[in-house]
Amino acid sequence: MTQIPFALTIYYSFFSWNLLKEGSFRFSGLDNYSRLLTDESIRTAIFNTVLLTLSVIAFSVVIGLGVAMLLNSEVFGKGLMRTLMIAPFLIMPTAGALIWKDTLLNPLFGLLPYLLSPFGLSRVDWVNQFPMVTVVAVEVWRWTPFMMLIILAGLQSQNLEILEAAKVDGANAFQTFRRITLPLVRPFIELGALLGSLFVVQTFDSIFMLTYGGPGEDTTNLPFLLYLVAFQGFSIGQASAIGVVAVIITTIVATFALRTLFSIFQVEGRR
Amino acid sequence: MIASSVDGRRAVISKVVWSVVGWLVVFIFFFPVLWMWLESLKTEPQAASSPPTILFAPTLAEFQEVLSGDFPPFFINSAIASIGSTLLVLILALPAAYALSIRPVKRTRDVLFFFISTRFLPFAASLVPLYLLARDLHLLDNIFALVLIYTTINLPLGVWLLRSFLLEIPNDLFEAARVDGAGFFRELTRIVVPLIAPGIAATSLICLIFSWNEFFYAVNFTSSVAATAPIFLVGFISGRGLFYAKLAAAATLASLPVLLAGWIAQKQLIRGLTMGAVK
Repeated sequence: MTQIPFALTIYYSFFSWNLLKEGSFRFSGLDNYSRLLTDESIRTAIFNTVLLTLSVIAFSVVIGLGVAMLLNSEVFGKGLMRTLMIAPFLIMPTAGALIWKDTLLNPLFGLLPYLLSPFGLSRVDWVNQFPMVTVVAVEVWRWTPFMMLIILAGLQSQNLEILEAAKVDGANAFQTFRRITLPLVRPFIELGALLGSLFVVQTFDSIFMLTYGGPGEDTTNLPFLLYLVAFQGFSIGQASAIGVVAVIITTIVATFALRTLFSIFQVEGRR
Repeated sequence: MIASSVDGRRAVISKVVWSVVGWLVVFIFFFPVLWMWLESLKTEPQAASSPPTILFAPTLAEFQEVLSGDFPPFFINSAIASIGSTLLVLILALPAAYALSIRPVKRTRDVLFFFISTRFLPFAASLVPLYLLARDLHLLDNIFALVLIYTTINLPLGVWLLRSFLLEIPNDLFEAARVDGAGFFRELTRIVVPLIAPGIAATSLICLIFSWNEFFYAVNFTSSVAATAPIFLVGFISGRGLFYAKLAAAATLASLPVLLAGWIAQKQLIRGLTMGAVK
């Protein structure tokens, strides 16, 4: 049911078709694809997609791992900490992006420029001066709780006896982390990173709300470019070709994700 | 004795230190949400002041403003789209998951793989054809189109999730029921549904989260009549520093259902997000 539209996308990608021009539907072979190769916008969009995805996943996995380890150790109010921590993931992405943009980062009325004023960063217009940094920051804020939840579940399934044994053997905290904790939660980190990247590759909401792909094309990723081409330019064929490229990129990531998913299911099954 | 009391004190100190660090990190992550709530309780001049207002007398005026204005239809559309699609997913996914676990059909693994691969297809892959289809069926700006789209988006997830719960039911239960002469329908209503109630909860939660917060299709397929809550927020993009309190109130209301559902069903959340792989 959901594969048929994609087949149609491939079909349309071989045609030149402007939705606003009557009778402009005609076969154009690989024109849309050859245009993709020469087009500056698509290269920028691919670059931005990869940059955004890699940095969001890297930061959120590292911070998520740290928070998960904190929540797995002896601390006060674990339950409440976890509850508050997952809020950014549950908040509607469009709402979260607007709150960041207008009430936290706005150079005139925002809280962050005010808090940073003692450091001489008072009037930094984050959204316009550092658009990609802003989008990455908001997405990291949103995806860290996701990573934290998955890694925490991994930590909690750890065998405590092994940790005790390591302590008895005189391993220090860093050794225990590197030799025991990290290998044990590795499958969970991988799963989180891969599932997360499948979502982050599709980032659209926060870009639409924060920067609208700009300034210029600085934060235009593939989904946003497709939106612009299809619904601002009404070039159905060209948009379809972009869709096909997006699918190819995602498929590469998804293949790894599914392999990880199946291997975890098999480990579970063996127990 | 002395050694153990030193150990004990060290444990307490380390607990306090890590608690402080932990709460600091959690505070930073939760702060934007807290700030959204605070802004929503301010008056407009307080919300757009420089320096920002920290101390103020809370007011619900902006909530009243939002609720008495044009927001409710958007909220209702969101409810129809997400609840409708969640129900459809449950109705369709339960038999499918049953066929793939309790009474496995041929080539189960391939079917599973096919199912889940559709969830991983980017929205970009199907946007154009679905848009043209909706246009030709006169379903643009019709909430029914969103119900159908969200159903297809969430269906693979539902099948996987429910299957992971079904696999946990011991086979003996079914054997016993069949020996007692229970038919398929009885088996389903008396054994399957009660035992996988947590699974149904997890599936509903995940479907609700994804469909309630969905924006890409909503912004392209609706304009006014069928527009959902996130579309309402788009109207604030151009509002240059004039409606922060109203924006915060609307954002709070729009986020509330998923936030509450996610908080209540935290245990189901992790399992749902990983499609049943992580418990």
